[in-house]
Amino acid sequence: MTTEAKLSCEQLWKLYGADPEKFFASHGDRPTQADIASGGYICAVRDVSFDVYPGEIVVVMGLSGSGKSTLVRCLSRLIEPTGGEISFEGQNLLEASRKEMIDIRRHKMGMVFQHFALLPHRTVIDNVAFPLEVQGINRAKRHERAREIIELVGLSGRERYYPRELSGGQQQRVGIARSLAVEPDIWFLDEPFSALDPLIRREMQDEFLRLQSLLKKTIVFITHDFDEAIRLADRIAIMYEGAIVQFGPVEELVLNPATDYVRDFTKEIPKEKFLTVGRVMGPVVADCGTLSIGESDLIGDVAAKVIDYEGVACVRDEHGQAVGSLTRGHVAKILFPEES
Amino acid sequence: MNKVVARRDFGELSSAIKWATWPSICLAAAVVLIVYRDMFPDWFVVPPNLWTEQLPLPYVAFENRMPVAMDWSGTNLADWFNAIIHFLRKHEFFDLFTFRDITRALTQLVVWPLDFAEDLLVSGFRDLGIPGIPWIISVGLAAVLGWYLKGWRLSLLSGACIAYFAVFGLWQLAMTTLSLILVTAPMAIAIGIGLGILASKWRWFERVLWPVLNLMQSLPHFGYLIPIVVFVGLGHKAGAVATILFAIPPMAKLTIVGLRGVSSEVLDAGVMAGCTPRQMLWRVRIPAAQKTLMVGVNQVIMQCLAMVVIASFVGARGLGIDLLFRLQTLQLGRALESGIAIVLMAVTLDRLSQALTEKEPEHKTAGSLWNAHPFLFVAATIIIVGTAIALLVPEAIVLPRDFTITLAPIWDTIIKSVVFGLYDPLSFIREYAPPYLLIPIREFFKELPWIVFLGVFMFTGWRLGGWRMAILVGVFIGFVVLSSWWTEFMVTTYLVFVAVVVCVLWAFPVGIWAAAKDGRTRVVAFLCDTFQTFPSFIYLIPVIMLFQVGTISQILAIVIYAGIPMVRYTYLGLRSVPNEIVEAAITSGCTPRQVLWKVRLPLAFPNIMLGLNQTIMFSLFMVMIAGFIGGNYDLAREIFKAKANNDAGLGILLALCVAFLGLSTDLLIQTWANRRKARLGLATDN
Ligand SMILES: Nc1ncnc2c1ncn2[C@@H]1O[C@H](COP(=O)(O)OP(=O)(O)O)[C@@H](O)[C@H]1O
Ligand SMILES: [Mg+2]
Repeated sequence: MTTEAKLSCEQLWKLYGADPEKFFASHGDRPTQADIASGGYICAVRDVSFDVYPGEIVVVMGLSGSGKSTLVRCLSRLIEPTGGEISFEGQNLLEASRKEMIDIRRHKMGMVFQHFALLPHRTVIDNVAFPLEVQGINRAKRHERAREIIELVGLSGRERYYPRELSGGQQQRVGIARSLAVEPDIWFLDEPFSALDPLIRREMQDEFLRLQSLLKKTIVFITHDFDEAIRLADRIAIMYEGAIVQFGPVEELVLNPATDYVRDFTKEIPKEKFLTVGRVMGPVVADCGTLSIGESDLIGDVAAKVIDYEGVACVRDEHGQAVGSLTRGHVAKILFPEES
Repeated sequence: MNKVVARRDFGELSSAIKWATWPSICLAAAVVLIVYRDMFPDWFVVPPNLWTEQLPLPYVAFENRMPVAMDWSGTNLADWFNAIIHFLRKHEFFDLFTFRDITRALTQLVVWPLDFAEDLLVSGFRDLGIPGIPWIISVGLAAVLGWYLKGWRLSLLSGACIAYFAVFGLWQLAMTTLSLILVTAPMAIAIGIGLGILASKWRWFERVLWPVLNLMQSLPHFGYLIPIVVFVGLGHKAGAVATILFAIPPMAKLTIVGLRGVSSEVLDAGVMAGCTPRQMLWRVRIPAAQKTLMVGVNQVIMQCLAMVVIASFVGARGLGIDLLFRLQTLQLGRALESGIAIVLMAVTLDRLSQALTEKEPEHKTAGSLWNAHPFLFVAATIIIVGTAIALLVPEAIVLPRDFTITLAPIWDTIIKSVVFGLYDPLSFIREYAPPYLLIPIREFFKELPWIVFLGVFMFTGWRLGGWRMAILVGVFIGFVVLSSWWTEFMVTTYLVFVAVVVCVLWAFPVGIWAAAKDGRTRVVAFLCDTFQTFPSFIYLIPVIMLFQVGTISQILAIVIYAGIPMVRYTYLGLRSVPNEIVEAAITSGCTPRQVLWKVRLPLAFPNIMLGLNQTIMFSLFMVMIAGFIGGNYDLAREIFKAKANNDAGLGILLALCVAFLGLSTDLLIQTWANRRKARLGLATDN
């Protein structure tokens, strides 16, 4: 990619234990799993490197305890990494002084938490305005800004409520609004919807996508729910025992799983939900039928049409050029993988 | 598969045998030592004073500003403390002031607000010719406060409480006491929160502070008084200082716990919002810990009230000294009336501060000023109308004597008839308990070899927490061994032991009974809440009525006072057993009795042991207070004597003996209960 990465980390490590820095240095900044186990340390983040580009949603996905929260907290420097480098907008984040960090957080970073982390003694509007308040912005101004965002997240009319008077979904809307109050350049979300009921969760995901289509933030989104990851991600990083085992777009993970772990994870995914026609079509054939479908359509969207159709469907690119063909057989293989 | 199971069973069996071996060996040794104690030398049973006599004192006096070795022949540990106190009294730091000068100057910080509050509430500002707040206004404002915090019931209670003081002619006394509490409680709260904040800032400070707070909380109340007389003097202000010191620990502890308990996510949210460390403390951590802090506020108020009577021993004025005087002169009706006043104040302040704790912020519907602040409106109206009335009718300021009533004569007749009625039926206790029960137990304790006592504590410590705990407990009890007050200590231990046994006998069944049905739990919970707010001295009134002064009264007072936590922990423990487990037991075909004995009680047992722990701590407090009426040759008597002789060193020594016994049992039982809870997979404290 030609654009500059918004946020990137290089060989990031986080160890927990008696004296991680010393241990880390004494193993040449690359302790092996056996070293770590015998030293009595816990490796929460292991040699993680990746880039996040402007306007993209990177989802970090892994089972609980795989180090996702630790990773995202290292990226925002809520936790000091044991080793590695983080650069944010070209600046070395780990060299920023405490004061600079406060400044960066006040203007460039936003974070949403799994359990909302609202301040219980503050009303909705005061919670949302909190990051502005600590900057010393006066009351009228910060309330005006807070009101805008509250409207954006659909909570107008509840400004004077206290968090305890709201439902879980509403509370997380407040959390989202608070994190957006400072118009951050990078937005961290640590399992924001995991504490919500499935129905509400879907609703919030839609809401999130709607917001992102308006705001175009650069996002690191943590989840343990693969369905959620597929719905939201531009790229997915799969974490296992602190390390990122694979990082890429969904279909890459599914079609070329790097390890058995990733394969196990992605096995259950209905492929028609992310595979495009172009990925599975056959070569251009002469007796191509009257049904023509787009190359970039999802299989799931065209499956019914193709199955109903007697002959071979013709696949065309956006210019109407025939680029391939799709048969019932192709579709069936995707829809019923275990039978083939 | 079977093999593995069998081997594991065998392993458990053999480890059980191993576990049982040591206790049985030790038990056998203890029995031998007890039975054949006559064959061992005397120092075996009672540690001789010889051990601590003529100890070199690490004390240097400063005379004429030059250090000279002090010619002070110590006779026991008490003299060490006296030497330290002497130093603090006499040594001039920088040749300018002594430690006592500092404490006395600091006391002045208490005196000013104290005078102001008393002037405001009752005596009035004489220079300005303004009287204190008229009682009708006080009644009205108290009622509004209750209404604002909770509702009309609390409003009624607090209004009635203040009115009681006025109508029963206790206005002066009660308002003095109230002003004392209104000044000391905020000060204790401020100091406690301050200490808590410092502790959460520096870990080393917390490590030092926490044990000190533990010690302060297990020192008997009188332990505070004697040093205070030395460093502050006698009088109302000394009582105030004692009250503040006594109320600080729970606030400091709850501040530490509260600040530590703020969820890490909320802290992260604060950091991500860009808070500076100072903003983190004042805008995130303290507000987020508000709930716990408010619990601390409630506890501080209750501790202040607990000191109302005790502080009067060093000259605090108010209801306490009145109650004390009536008790000493056996004017039981009057004592009861003052007692009721104290109880009313305690219950009211408890409920008010609890309502404050529970009050959740709620969004207001915007509207007129009346809608937004109806309570301020009513309060203002009361003040205006009340002032107007007070200007017209002087009786509205302080109710004159002729208008007040007293029920003392009626109380006296009731008491007389009750005592007459109960005196004979209870006579068998008075007659038979001492010779057949109490005295034999006392003699057993007095002749129990100290090695056995120390051994039991250290051994238990070793089993529960390894050698570290054994040494800690050993140091605590060893201090008592060397204190040269061993026999008195064992008499106190005997009183506590008997009282705790009786407590368990009545409180445990009551707790089980109360846990069985919702209705019962509600009633018992209400009673426990109420009785627990009574300052300990109150419990002396009924027992003196029925049993006069003496050992039985002393024990009975403890039994009533200290049984309450046992009841509470028992029913709470039983009720907190997860419902699913109970349902599983029922569907497995358990009878209600089996559910209780096989499921509920085993799971609730750690909590019940924590209740027992509280009962022991309460007993240790009460045994010292009720020593006032007991007449035993125990530590309480010695502490009273030390106070009379102004022997601060001895007072501290004796108080420490009591505190160390409490700390040891507390440590052992808590460790056991938390381990047991962890093993059962229940949530543990701390
Ligand atoms: N403060 C800590 N001390 C020791 N171990 C920790 C600490 N925080 C996290 N860990 C460990 O690091 C690992 C990753 O934790 P976390 O990042 O919270 O996982 P996730 O968010 O993916 O559930 C876990 O094994 C956890 O036990
Ligand atoms: Mg997590």
